[in-house]
Amino acid sequence: MSRPRSHSDDVSLLLRIALPLATAGILLVIWALAVRLTRTIIFPTPASVLTAMGALGKKALLWHYVADSLIRVFSGFTLAIVTGIPLGFTLGWSPGTARAINPLIQMLRPISPLAWMPLAVIWFGVSNAAPIFLIYLASFFPIVVTVMNGVRNVPPMYLQAGRNFGLTTPQLMTRIVMPAVLPRIVVGLRLAFGIAWVGLVAAEMIAVDSGLGYLIIDARNAGKRYDLVVGGMLMIGVLGLLLDNVFRYVERRVISRAA
Amino acid sequence: MGRTPAVAAVRTDGRPRGARRTRFRFRLLSGVGIGIGLLAWQLGVSLNPTSLIPGPLVVARGIGELASRGLLVRYVVASLFRVTWGYLSALVVAIPLGMLLGVKRPAELALNPILQILRPISPLAWIPIAILWFGVGDVSAIFLIFLASLLPLTTATSNAVRNIDPVHFAAARNFGVPAKQRVFDVLLLAILPQLIVAMRISLGVAWLVVVAAEMIAVNSGLGFLIVDARNAGNRYDLVIAGMVLIGAIGLALDLLMRRLERLDSVRWGYVEESAR
Amino acid sequence: MKVRFDDINMSFGSVEVLRSIGLEVAQGEFLCIVGPSGCGKSTLLNIAGGFLAPTSGEVTIDDKPVTGPDRRRIFVFQERGVFPWLTVEGNIGFGLFDIPEKKRRERVAQYVQLVGLAGFEQSYPRELSGGMKQRVEVARALAVDPDVLYLDEPFGALDSITRLQMRGELLRIWRAERKTVLFVTHDIEESVQLADRVVVMSARPGCVRRVVTIDIPHPRDLSSPRYIELRDSIFAEIGLAHKV
Repeated sequence: MSRPRSHSDDVSLLLRIALPLATAGILLVIWALAVRLTRTIIFPTPASVLTAMGALGKKALLWHYVADSLIRVFSGFTLAIVTGIPLGFTLGWSPGTARAINPLIQMLRPISPLAWMPLAVIWFGVSNAAPIFLIYLASFFPIVVTVMNGVRNVPPMYLQAGRNFGLTTPQLMTRIVMPAVLPRIVVGLRLAFGIAWVGLVAAEMIAVDSGLGYLIIDARNAGKRYDLVVGGMLMIGVLGLLLDNVFRYVERRVISRAA
Repeated sequence: MGRTPAVAAVRTDGRPRGARRTRFRFRLLSGVGIGIGLLAWQLGVSLNPTSLIPGPLVVARGIGELASRGLLVRYVVASLFRVTWGYLSALVVAIPLGMLLGVKRPAELALNPILQILRPISPLAWIPIAILWFGVGDVSAIFLIFLASLLPLTTATSNAVRNIDPVHFAAARNFGVPAKQRVFDVLLLAILPQLIVAMRISLGVAWLVVVAAEMIAVNSGLGFLIVDARNAGNRYDLVIAGMVLIGAIGLALDLLMRRLERLDSVRWGYVEESAR
Repeated sequence: MKVRFDDINMSFGSVEVLRSIGLEVAQGEFLCIVGPSGCGKSTLLNIAGGFLAPTSGEVTIDDKPVTGPDRRRIFVFQERGVFPWLTVEGNIGFGLFDIPEKKRRERVAQYVQLVGLAGFEQSYPRELSGGMKQRVEVARALAVDPDVLYLDEPFGALDSITRLQMRGELLRIWRAERKTVLFVTHDIEESVQLADRVVVMSARPGCVRRVVTIDIPHPRDLSSPRYIELRDSIFAEIGLAHKV
């Protein structure tokens, strides 16, 4: 039963580029006009955002901040992967363990990573470790949950077949469960990284003195430089999108091999 | 290896399922798990007497203190109030917008890249702008929560719309259902299961954001409690009390939304189990 | 004539799918369209339903051309066409949104009875078997009292035993209402069991090879010589040997 279109839905490349550019253009114009018309002193125009960021870029400060942010987010994220995936496997495989540990996870998960800040400062002092810990927390729970669900939802007939062929439990894990959940985990990692990236900003808004999140808060506090604030936001958005696309690329490669 | 009498009786690890007493055993395990967690906490505190971190009993007393001072109810209500308003306003905008993006391809092509750039920007990054526009107070917090919930809900709605089996649209047209009615009778009902899951997840995000927002930009609520308790006297018992309350309410909200997923008119959409 | 196909041609881009289809279907006739995969029989049905526009030619119903989907000609898909978010009652009453509540309930009850789903009114499709879901769809289609019913391999997803039962059910229901039915299938046996006439289509580009009149009265004996003779002639027409 075909959809009510007798030609293909393929949209031309031109339209794919033109439409969003046009919309972005219109929004930029509205923005500039709004600033002009309300005669606000503080809120920047698109142009002033560009110049401000350019100046920062030339001073290399911007790139230091970007580097610091990236280091933090990747450290926290890697830690979350290294601890989260094994835990997720354990919880997914053994319903008993899941029942025991799950309530703890469900209680801890809704607590904003930022709320852990006081504790983090006690444990790690005022250093890079505190924001890394927050990022770790932000990405840890999604990773555990994704892996756990993935393992739980491995089709039972795969496992039956494995047992049928005489595989032991460790063999089942490596030869059936891991390949089966890999696509799901890769997608989950991409999503968890997105969460980590968002958490990065939160982490850097308190008790650090570098990074993109810090840039935003500092720009406002030390002189109401809203051109830098907006510039910082856009940097965060664009970088986050780029990283997400990198993950998507990896995801596509893994999935095309698996499926 | 064990015999497997029927496919439905097979557990995750390929072994046959037990009887109903396993369910009781599981509940016992949950209790034991929590109990062990608390014990470990108390132990950690007792073994390290110079630590500023208080044990579970001290924290419980802290919660009692908050209740008696009337702050418990006040802060909880403040946080919930902000979440509710921000979240509901996001729903009101996100669902129609998502439907539009899902149905009209040009709209999706035009707006999607911009949404993709906005998505990685933490709502907290909007704090300076929120304060500029709305000052320090409830409206700022509500605005942040609105932002935090808007994008995920919109994306989920548009994805759900695109995943509707075209058969259903064809049938609706066949029966002469007018276009406007198709939106409610087919579109909305068809995406409801996925929408409710997205709503649950977004509510969780909203709850995270409200706490964070209160730590930075507002002067009441559970997030503020944490910051204030530490700054005004290193009351770490109240800090952790605040964390416990945040966790408990967040969990309660999540369970509430999961209830919705059990409704008959929605259950048809779920195939897999997801984590409790 | 109830339904007339007037020199229908259909191409998707450069691929010619249907060529010079001319057919006439009488009021109350049960017509089967058989053919190998890809011969365009589903496309033909979609054109008749108004979901596709032919490259040339037209379909008329009661001398009025078909220009779009209409509730006077209802398509029955495989059981996945049933709305999963509505109960059996909700599904069957779906097309009756503009008649008064009381009449609607009566109609729904009537058709629940007709298709043999009494007692399942409040059930959701996920609780029903494939055959039952199919019956919901047929009831839904009949409830709006259409002129023509189009069925596109409706029993394709059912197991063979259920399929046999459903064929009998469909005939029983059809006899009660005597609608004009166009039924597309790739199953030759099915077509000979059900239809008044069988249209045999060629492989792509699909055209009408032969129209076979099935002159056996119902209930049809599947072992009778006439049945076997007609069935084999269609097998031969399509070019299939009937030995495995």
